[in-house]
Amino acid sequence: MKITVGGETKEVKDGITIAELIETENVETPEYVTVSVNEEFADKDSYASQALSEGDTVEFLYFMGGGRA
Amino acid sequence: MKITIRQEDYDRMLAHARKELPNEACGLIAGEDTEDGVRQIRFVYLLTNTDASNEHFTLDPREQLQAVKDMRANGWKPLGNWHSHPESPSRPSEEDKRLAYDSKASYLILSLMDRENPVLHSFHIENGVSEAEELEVLP
Repeated sequence: MKITVGGETKEVKDGITIAELIETENVETPEYVTVSVNEEFADKDSYASQALSEGDTVEFLYFMGGGRA
Repeated sequence: MKITIRQEDYDRMLAHARKELPNEACGLIAGEDTEDGVRQIRFVYLLTNTDASNEHFTLDPREQLQAVKDMRANGWKPLGNWHSHPESPSRPSEEDKRLAYDSKASYLILSLMDRENPVLHSFHIENGVSEAEELEVLP
């Protein structure tokens, strides 16, 4: 099936989960990445079970922050 | 690496940082890496600091998502982020370095420690080590 990841259309296996996509996309430091699917933020606890569908649009957003300490 | 920012983008960044005082302000930078090795900032995004703190900042993920979409629509790539230091110099704190996960990004820090003389520097941060980048403000 085809989905869009970071603005690029990609062919992935049917029913791929977010966790599997994170792995196949070689996302660095995934613990600090927020995933949106069709502009809805996915719950981290559901990455392993949430399957994607044909035509979904996925974005990986890195946590960005800092501080004085 | 050399990085450039337009005066009008710098002015918008500075105005936003002053408006957010006493808290830290933050945002994203977008543009392109040219073939001659110059990183050109084409636009500065002004985002919400969800920490609303004078010691910490976190970019709002929803605004981040909208900014990324806007970058794509304009043919720009994400180049990094910026934040202000209301009371400290323009250099990365230990926490800034620890939380800099993208070694390809430029991290701009605008110091307002001297309110009348703001200072903006850009840094490359990798494995907890920061290195200043040559920053030029273009008229």
